[in-house]
Amino acid sequence: MSSPSSPHVPTGAPIVEVRGLSFRRGGKAIFDEVDLDIPRGKVTAIMGPSGTGKTTLLKLIGGQLRPDAGVVRVDGLDVHAIPRDRLFELRKRVGMLFQSGALLTDLTVFENVAFPLREHTRLDEALIRTLVLSKLEAVGLRGARHLYPRELSGGMARRAALARAIALDPMMVLYDEPFSGQDPITMGILVRLIRRLNDALGLTSIVVSHDVPETCSIADQVYVLAGGKVVGRGAPAELQASESPWVRQFIGGLPDGPVPFHHPAVPYLDDLLAGPPR
Amino acid sequence: MTGSLAALGRWAIGVFGRLGRGHLFLLQVLGASATLLPRFGLVVAQIWSVGVLSLLIIIVAGTFVGMVLGLQGYNTLVDFGAEESLGVAVAKSLTRELGPVIAALLFAGRAGSALTAEIGLMKATEQLEGMEMMAVDPLRRVVAPRFLAGLIAMPLLAAIFTAIGVLGGYFVGVGLLGVDDGAFWSQMQAKVELMDDVVNGVVVKSLVFGWVVTWIAVFEGYDCVPTSEGVGKATTRTVVHSSLAVLGLDFVLTALMFNQ
Amino acid sequence: MNTRTVEIGVGVFVALGFAALLMLAMRVSNLAESGGGHGYSVVAHFDNVGGLKVRSPVTIAGVRVGRVSDIRYDSEHYVAAVTMSIEPQFDRIPADSSASVLTAGLLGEQYIGLEPGGDETSLKDGDEIKFTQSALVLEQVVGQFLFSKASEGSK
Repeated sequence: MSSPSSPHVPTGAPIVEVRGLSFRRGGKAIFDEVDLDIPRGKVTAIMGPSGTGKTTLLKLIGGQLRPDAGVVRVDGLDVHAIPRDRLFELRKRVGMLFQSGALLTDLTVFENVAFPLREHTRLDEALIRTLVLSKLEAVGLRGARHLYPRELSGGMARRAALARAIALDPMMVLYDEPFSGQDPITMGILVRLIRRLNDALGLTSIVVSHDVPETCSIADQVYVLAGGKVVGRGAPAELQASESPWVRQFIGGLPDGPVPFHHPAVPYLDDLLAGPPR
Repeated sequence: MTGSLAALGRWAIGVFGRLGRGHLFLLQVLGASATLLPRFGLVVAQIWSVGVLSLLIIIVAGTFVGMVLGLQGYNTLVDFGAEESLGVAVAKSLTRELGPVIAALLFAGRAGSALTAEIGLMKATEQLEGMEMMAVDPLRRVVAPRFLAGLIAMPLLAAIFTAIGVLGGYFVGVGLLGVDDGAFWSQMQAKVELMDDVVNGVVVKSLVFGWVVTWIAVFEGYDCVPTSEGVGKATTRTVVHSSLAVLGLDFVLTALMFNQ
Repeated sequence: MNTRTVEIGVGVFVALGFAALLMLAMRVSNLAESGGGHGYSVVAHFDNVGGLKVRSPVTIAGVRVGRVSDIRYDSEHYVAAVTMSIEPQFDRIPADSSASVLTAGLLGEQYIGLEPGGDETSLKDGDEIKFTQSALVLEQVVGQFLFSKASEGSK
């Protein structure tokens, strides 16, 4: 779905360009001069240990947070410079899958998927039904359309949310930790869904995750973030062979390395000798 | 010393910050409400949850308050041989004060807390953020319909409470204690003024109360810390703050309206 | 919740609310009587109005025919000028009627009682009632009573 407001961007250009992005929260630098390129039509994974601001990055791309410095361009538009109505137009072309699913609890699965259609289009009921059923069929939940979110398992809720994220046929879908807390079967389903939808619908996918094997199995390109910087990028196979200690620790799942096992503290012996505080 | 001064300063900054945020929020909600007319169905659905679902408690409470007024009023008036004025006493106290005030307090407890909890939970479960990412303005889609519904439901609830209360007083006074039926109504009609008591008392007061209670409720929900603990605290704050606001404003309104 | 149920429920609720308002207007207060602006006004001057208030009733033979619409102090004659609004259907009150400030019961509220005279012409808008009797002030009544008792005793 292309919008008349969209400028002509050469198809080869990255769909998301992040340049010199800095973001601080509570005096702590979450991002420090980060540059990223998300290529069109590919599945790009953004990985890193917990607390490196992966979700924050998605919110910066979606325009929900403002960076302290730097530019985020989505499809050629500077997300933080365009007025609010243009940003909303842009968001209609970007689907987002939240970690919790963020389904509307007072609506059924069907109504949840129909929600963006009802809000943004004036389609008649028969057409909405056809569209919603096709999206639900794609995620395998056509039979669960009368259920409420509280009646769904975690994996089903994510699939329903995915159906909603693609309801408006977006150009790009952002996935926030799609695999965390799922059993292996659900994980497998989600992994295949993300890849299949990306290829079948001609999407661009950004997957934020720390589940290394699942993410590497579908990603075309991986960025590894740590300490507010990009510490590694490349195809999954290149990262496996990377020399960088950060990447090696993360991909290999090593307990100690550049990301220390211990929270910063005074030396253990000093602490023991100091005795209880008075 | 410096510590407590700093704490006081932080507290004041917090209070003024919330006050400012609350008012800016109100402006945004009013702006969003203005665009809501084509989608009045959203408001109707909310009138169901804040109005219709509060109806039972309003009717039960109104009956009992009216009955108590009938009993107490009779016991006081009978000493002066003025039990015919029971209708006046019941109707005046209900229309001017008890009707709008108690209905608003019940509304704060029943509907206000539910509004805060609902919006707070939507925030805690990322539903509001999800809407924003779907290019849907949660102020317009979630907050404004609830605000308008509260504004519409409150005067109706107060009117029902007052009318039921008068009937409760009638039941005790005339039905049980033997006050003359005709005197009860005719004295009431002679003394209760349409503008002063019914319009100013019931309608204007409850409009103001409905405005304030719903505003506090939706703001607390929208502004809460998005955790289950934060939502719980926000719900408590809604009930406490809106009850105090209703009682305080009631004094101001009474002074403005009935102080000749 | 079914949309239809919600709509019907809200409809019933709104109807109930307006029914309650209507009952408060018609049955509890008196909508028909409070349309005070349509009547005609007459003025009367009293030496003392006592506890008379704006909107106190105006009666003839105990039947309410209007309300007091204004009470002001006439600084030229040192009296109170009371404007009464009489409802239009009572248009045949003799022009020489007299007005008194009376009290309902021993401690009740004060009102104006009109005593019809024998004139053929009726009061019109803007007329003045010439014959008036002021409110009884309790202290004066008690004082007079004691004074007359005292003078009786000294005989």
